[in-house]
Order: sequence, then C-alpha cells, then structure tokens
Amino acid sequence: MKTVFKRTPTYKDVPTHYCPGCGHGIAHRLVAEAIDELGIRERTIGIAPVGCAVLAYDYLDVDMIEVAHGRAPAVATGMKRTNPDMIIFSYQGDGDLAAIGTAEIIHAAHRGEKITVIFINNAIFGMTGGQMAPTTLPGQITATTPQGREVSSTGYPLQVCELLSVLPGAIYLERCALHKPGQIHKAKKAIRHAFELQVNKAPGLSLVELLSPCPTAWRVSPPDALRWIEDNMIKHFPLGCFKDYKEQQK
Amino acid sequence: MCGNEAMAEAAILADCDAYFGYPITPQNEVPAYMSRRMPEEGRVFVQCESELAAINMVFGASATGKRAMTSSSSPGISLMQEGISYLAGAELPAVIVNVMRGGPGLGNIAPSQGDYFQATRGGGHGDYRTITLAPSGVQEWVDLMPLAFDLADIYRTPVMILADGILGQMMEPVVLDKKPKRDLPAKDWALTGAKGRCQNIVRSLYLKEGAVEQHNYKLQKRYKEIEKKEVLCEQYEIEDAEIVVIAYGVVARTVRAAVDLAKKEGIKAGWFRPITLWPFPSEQISAIAEQLKVFLTVEMSLGQMVEDVKLAVAGKCPVVFYGRPGGGVPTVEQVLEHIRQLWTKQK
Repeated sequence: MKTVFKRTPTYKDVPTHYCPGCGHGIAHRLVAEAIDELGIRERTIGIAPVGCAVLAYDYLDVDMIEVAHGRAPAVATGMKRTNPDMIIFSYQGDGDLAAIGTAEIIHAAHRGEKITVIFINNAIFGMTGGQMAPTTLPGQITATTPQGREVSSTGYPLQVCELLSVLPGAIYLERCALHKPGQIHKAKKAIRHAFELQVNKAPGLSLVELLSPCPTAWRVSPPDALRWIEDNMIKHFPLGCFKDYKEQQK
Repeated sequence: MCGNEAMAEAAILADCDAYFGYPITPQNEVPAYMSRRMPEEGRVFVQCESELAAINMVFGASATGKRAMTSSSSPGISLMQEGISYLAGAELPAVIVNVMRGGPGLGNIAPSQGDYFQATRGGGHGDYRTITLAPSGVQEWVDLMPLAFDLADIYRTPVMILADGILGQMMEPVVLDKKPKRDLPAKDWALTGAKGRCQNIVRSLYLKEGAVEQHNYKLQKRYKEIEKKEVLCEQYEIEDAEIVVIAYGVVARTVRAAVDLAKKEGIKAGWFRPITLWPFPSEQISAIAEQLKVFLTVEMSLGQMVEDVKLAVAGKCPVVFYGRPGGGVPTVEQVLEHIRQLWTKQK
C-alpha cells in the first residue's frame, strides 16, 4: 500500500497543550513540513515567543530557545550574525510581535536580517486570558475591551505586513489564513518560500503572517472561529503577498 | 588608548566573537572601536536599536555557544536588566561592561559608583547573582577581560564589569597580550543544530510544579561555588593598621594616596580593595575587623558597598562611611581629612 500522508518527522508525535480549534498546531505542522522538505532540520534554530506557543520546543524537534516577550528578532539577529550558515526562525504571536516587540521586528527588518519570522495573528492575547492586542478588530470584545474595541481611544488593528512593506530590508511579506484547507495549503507554500529565501541567502527578512483561530479567547466554538476569520478578520487583514524578493528580481 | 578602547581590544584578545551595543556616554569609544576592529578580525559588530535589543542579541549569540558582550552606561544597563535576568535564568554566559555615570534617571555623564546595588544584587527580577568585577586602572581592566569571559563560560552566568566614567576616559600605558584560558567546559548545551544528537533547548521557563524551585537551588549551588573559589581582593599595610580604608574601582587609588599621606603623619592606616564585588571578600574583611578600631568605606555614592562591609564586619568594629554621589569624586585631601578625624576620635 502506498503511504500518501504521514506525520512529518520534525513535528514530534506528542499531544499538544493547545485548546481545541486553536491554529498553533496547524502552524507548527506547516513549519515542520517546510523544514523537512528543505532538509534543514539539522541546521535550524527556532525561537519560541512568550505566549501560548512558548512551549513550541516541545513539539518542534529542532534546537530551540525561549526568549523574553517581543525580543525574538533581536535574539535571532545575534544568532544569525554569528552563525550565517544556520537557518534561524522566530515564531511570534501578535502580542509578542505587534505590541511589546514592535521595535525589535521593525529594526530587524530595517537592517535586513536574513531570518524568517512566522507571525501568528489571532487578534488577541491568548495565553494571558484574552486581552486586547494591537491587532484586535474594531468592536471586538476582549477582557480589556468589555464594550468592544473603541478605535478612538485604542486605535485600529495594526497591519504588520503593510507596515513592514515600506522597509527595503523586508524582502518577503505574505499574509495567509488557517481557516480553510485551500488557505492552509497557500500558507504552507508561503512558509516554505520564506525558509527557502533564507537557505538561498536572499538579502533580507522574510515574514509570513498567519490569521489563526483562537476560539477560547474569542469565546466562540471552533467552527464559528473559522467563520469569524472569513467574515471579519480578512476584511481588516487582506490576504496576499505584499512583497516578494523573487518578483523584485524579475 | 583610553580605558574604553583598551578594554575593547582586550575583549578581542579574549576571543570575543560578537559585540552588540548602543551609543551612550561615557562609553562611546567602545562601539566606535569595535565597529572598526571586529570586522577586521572577521567577527561581529552590530549597532543596535536599543539596549534591550543589544542584550538580547548577546543572548542569541551566547545561546549558540559564541563569546558575546555588550557595554553601556548606567541608564542603558537599567534597560538591559530584563535580558540579564533571562541570561541568568537560561544559564547563558555573557560579559556586560557598565561604565557608570551619575544617576538616578538621566543623571549626568560624570563618573559614579551608584550602580553597585544593581550589579551585585542581580538587578533584574528573580533570585540570582551576577559576578561583578571592579578594575581600578586600565591595565587591570584589560587583565580582567579574559577572566570575565572565562568565568562566564565556566559558571554559565552573566559577568558584569563595573567601571566608571574616569576609567573609561582615562589614558594609561597598558600591555596587551593574549592570556591562556582557564580549563573551560564543553558547551554541549549550545544551539548548533540538532545534528547527530537530540534537540537542545535553552529556556528559563519551568512549568512543572516545583521545577523553578529546583532550578533556583541548582543556580544557588553554583553561586556558593563562585563565592568559595572566585573572590579577588588586594590589601596594603594591613598588619599593624588600626584604621582600614576600603574602596573599589578608581576611588581605591585616591584612597591609597590618602592612606600613604596619613601614615606619614603617624596614623596607623591600612587599605583594602575588593576586586570582585560579588562574590564579596567578606571573609577577608571579617578577619581584618578582628584587629581594627574602625573601617572607613569610601565610595562615589551615598553608601552602597558599605552595606556589604557592615555585613562582613558583623559588629566586630565600627564601620564609617564617606562618599560623594552624582559625579562628585572624593579627593585625596577629603579622604585624608576623614582619616585624620577618625584617628583623633580613636585616641
């Protein structure tokens, strides 16, 4: 019998601590598949964020480090500069990357650090109990916006890909979503491409933003969470490629 | 060469692989020097967007087994405290140089010793210690750099060099040579790619019940070993002294000049200088206290190290303090006057 589908080796065969319907498991798997397909497991270092994915090293079988909230792009810089042949990726949530770590991601992109960033956008702080993130949608109810996010005092959702797209050092920026098989397939291609650029020593930072369901903090069922991405999130966070080094080369 | 530059060259001689820094006076000569010399040596220099980024770049480079350092001055070191706590928690070696200036807040750019508590108590959150070395001259600073890197590697802990604005700017003749390394353990914990071995994980989060408690005991055991093995200090004219003046860093040199003058006046004065501020030379100070009438502690602060002196003396003799904060530098005459007053009071 021909095997048509199996667990990719870099994704450990253990149950995760993630809630039912959470997007992290899918995102982890896509990262693991990309690493295995490119054959880079033995020269990859991953950086886990502060947030629900802090234990990513329990699931991804590569050398990994856990770092202070938001500082992953700086840590990645230290690693990549001293180990230019290693493949360095950070895996960060929206609290981590788009709130406390805004300076680090902007400057890592600004310097054109040759690293890969997997950015999980679920429009909320998941681990700490569902507080507003910079990516929270207008009117969205969270633990710290009980009346819904009021844009006049808390601002609009922060669009990270759009923000970084003006920086020459950011060479590949794509936003995907994890709510439909077709979109997940696109996300996989984007993640693989982001790693590939690093493998090929392309001159800058690659980032893939993944709109990811968080049914627990959104207080909806897993299927409703997927619908919420389609009906609400994509309006504020349009999917697509914002910049690609390959395109620029043509 | 000024102290800042000589120290930077000494770090290069000590096989520092990477320097990450952010401009701040009075240590700007360090990044300027490193920006030229590190690329010449095929090593890494990065001017960072903040001290937060600098210490985290050190964190990243160190996690891969490289020798990494940063330097800054007081306000910048405050910003680095988060990273220093993570380095301690994750058991990563690193060398951090603090060329102290006046504080609190933005303070000024004059020399100070106001960061003693911050350096010797850990500074960031959590139950940890940082090895703290305090050179009193440019040659000693140069000589302490390879030791700092070795201690960091041996004990897998951040090491801080506590200098000040005078030392950073001062020019003195120095001999720069490559020192043999101490016996260093293999960095089998480093993130180098999981090739032919299980994955390595560098972490400071332990969620299992009691795991952080056990992690702290492990760190504590290492700190006890450091306290036992790594104390450095210098003493002078202690044997028949009745007053011993204690100071660290450049201030210790002023104090030594004052002690010499006091001795010429017939005052039975001696001099003691901790080189490691943590581990603190408590045993040595305790032994001296047995024979003394009084200890005088002199600092460029309003009294920080004096607390450690009192703990070491444990009431065996009085401990008197003289200091000037915020960029005030005690002069030989001022210190001498305090010695004279103490001598008169004792008689």
